[in-house]
Amino acid sequence: MSESMTSPDVRLEEVVKEFGEMRAVDGISLEIPRGSFFALLGPSGCGKTTTLRMIGGFEEATSGRIFLGDRDVVGLPPYKRDVNTVFQSYALFPHMTIADNVAFGLQRKGIARAEVNTRVAEILELVDLAGRESRKPRQLSGGQQQRVALARAIVCNPRVLLLDEPLGALDLKLRKQMQLELKRIQHEIGITFVHVTHDQEEAMTMADTIAVMNGGRIEQLGTPADLYERPQSAFVAGFLGKSNLLAGTITGEGLVRLVDGSELRASTNGTRGPVSIGVRPEKISLSNGGVNRLAGKVKESAYIGVATEVVVTTSVGELTVFHQNVEAGGVAPAPGSQVTLSWAPEATFVVDRGDPGDRGEEHVV
Amino acid sequence: MSFLHRHKGLTPYLLLLPGIAWLAVFFLVPLGFLGYQSLESGSFESGYTFTWSFSNYWDAITTYDEQLLRSFLYAGIATILALAVSYPLVYWIAFRGGRWKNLFLILIVAPLFVTYLVRTLAWLNILADEGPVVSAFQAIGLVAEDGRLLATGIAVVAGITYNFLPFMALPLYVSLEQIDARLLEAAEDLYASKRQAFLRVTLPLSAPGIVAGTLLTFIPAAGDFINAQLLGTPRQSMVGNVIQSKFLELIDYPAAAALSFILMALILAALLVYARIVGTERLTG
Ligand SMILES: Nc1ncnc2c1ncn2[C@@H]1O[C@H](COP(=O)(O)OP(=O)(O)O)[C@@H](O)[C@H]1O
Ligand SMILES: [Mg+2]
Repeated sequence: MSESMTSPDVRLEEVVKEFGEMRAVDGISLEIPRGSFFALLGPSGCGKTTTLRMIGGFEEATSGRIFLGDRDVVGLPPYKRDVNTVFQSYALFPHMTIADNVAFGLQRKGIARAEVNTRVAEILELVDLAGRESRKPRQLSGGQQQRVALARAIVCNPRVLLLDEPLGALDLKLRKQMQLELKRIQHEIGITFVHVTHDQEEAMTMADTIAVMNGGRIEQLGTPADLYERPQSAFVAGFLGKSNLLAGTITGEGLVRLVDGSELRASTNGTRGPVSIGVRPEKISLSNGGVNRLAGKVKESAYIGVATEVVVTTSVGELTVFHQNVEAGGVAPAPGSQVTLSWAPEATFVVDRGDPGDRGEEHVV
Repeated sequence: MSFLHRHKGLTPYLLLLPGIAWLAVFFLVPLGFLGYQSLESGSFESGYTFTWSFSNYWDAITTYDEQLLRSFLYAGIATILALAVSYPLVYWIAFRGGRWKNLFLILIVAPLFVTYLVRTLAWLNILADEGPVVSAFQAIGLVAEDGRLLATGIAVVAGITYNFLPFMALPLYVSLEQIDARLLEAAEDLYASKRQAFLRVTLPLSAPGIVAGTLLTFIPAAGDFINAQLLGTPRQSMVGNVIQSKFLELIDYPAAAALSFILMALILAALLVYARIVGTERLTG
């Protein structure tokens, strides 16, 4: 036990992966602390799977270093790495029973038969599959197969569990259920999970830390609340939830001037020049109580249950507002009526005026 | 049409009808006729009459036990050799062939475009006493200075192996090609070395191909006579040679028919033993 207790379970240093001319992963550095539930979130093709496969040993990094604990694992084949993977397609062995699938890793590690049997039974209990031991994978439903894949990986008690879109093939209801189930299991066994997903809601529900990836790079890394409340790029602001982005210029500390000349307050943290400022739809109120104010006209409003979504046209563009339905019936202003939008400076974030990204749902002016 | 509508359950049987008719006319009828012949007695000159002559069978077994045994021995060895040669070959094509896969497959099947007889005659040249193979083998001491390959069991087995290789390779290819490469990644992820991944995942998943290939090779090989005739001598003759000469040269129909039935029964028995060993589940996939 030469390893210090504080060393992270996974550490990437400037990891690059090229497929021919294509740079799938473009210099990623990150640390994943022991016992955390870490999500790699990003749109399809941004390099999440490739990153995961390099940690698992299925892909050799073009450059950079990968550590599991204190050990540099570059060049080590998968079977010598203390990680296990839940594959996107599950990759269950079709010719083996569920019990044999789950026992596979333990047997390869040379663990005694009696112990293998006990641990397989325990883990099948944990994932609620007791009684299915002698079935073949094709006799199980998608959700059950998913849990076998999970059981097969965690029964080996690896340092890190890698999950590549593990819930991608499940229907919505089952997916929601499994999100909570996975989180419970992670909590129970305490293994570090690295979870790849393109679903921001899934990442926010499950992970303690999220790395948002785009184009082979990490855009921002932080807790779900961090990323949501203080996105550092237009891409992150658009990828996680909905946001309103307005073009502006920083004119002084904490002061941003919009294109129509009006000034709003935001924490600018020393940045200068052309930026976008953003505010989440639910942070805007349809009264003039806040410091930041814009006048506008209601274009349309839609009742969506928990809130009413109101689109307001202002002189700097359209903004979306989630107006809480506090009173019964929901009293949202009718289309055509004049309103004042207001929100607090703390709810205002400043990002580079960059490419908003392909999945962005924000309104850039 | 309305009849079929009212009796929907009949449709599958009607679809089976042509196949069943084909089987009846071209398989069962000749088989029955062969069985009838095998119980006849008499001679070519005096003609054959049906006499329930079961002694034909006993005579055939006792006279040609050596050829029967040799047939199964040669066919067995050739099947094992064909498996040993084609498995690595086809494995490589299936997993490493990339976009050349189909070209390689065509190359494996290519010999079949040449007549069986001509293909086997080509081996006469390959294994000829002054040919390159014998010279090379003599040089490294595998064949004695005055030794030869032609007219030996080795030549016959080599010929059978070569001729039936595609029938082994193709089903093997199909079963290997179907294996999801991610299963091998999963095995490696679960601490299996490449070798263990092969033994635990690839090999069992290719079992249906192995079974199909061995059957497609062994069954016709056991009845083969061309290879023994062209590459061997009477001392290498197989039961196929005996049947062929009885039917076509000696015109001894009852003995030929009885031997055919014995061969068929022995192959069936071998199949049953094989099915027992590998498990019927593998036979049906
Ligand atoms: N084996 C490969 N050969 C060539 N390109 C690849 C390979 N694997 C992935 N890529 C490319 O690398 C990029 C990132 O892929 P991937 O990591 O699978 O993305 P994600 O999992 O985020 O959807 C994609 O553009 C993909 O086409
Ligand atoms: Mg992916």
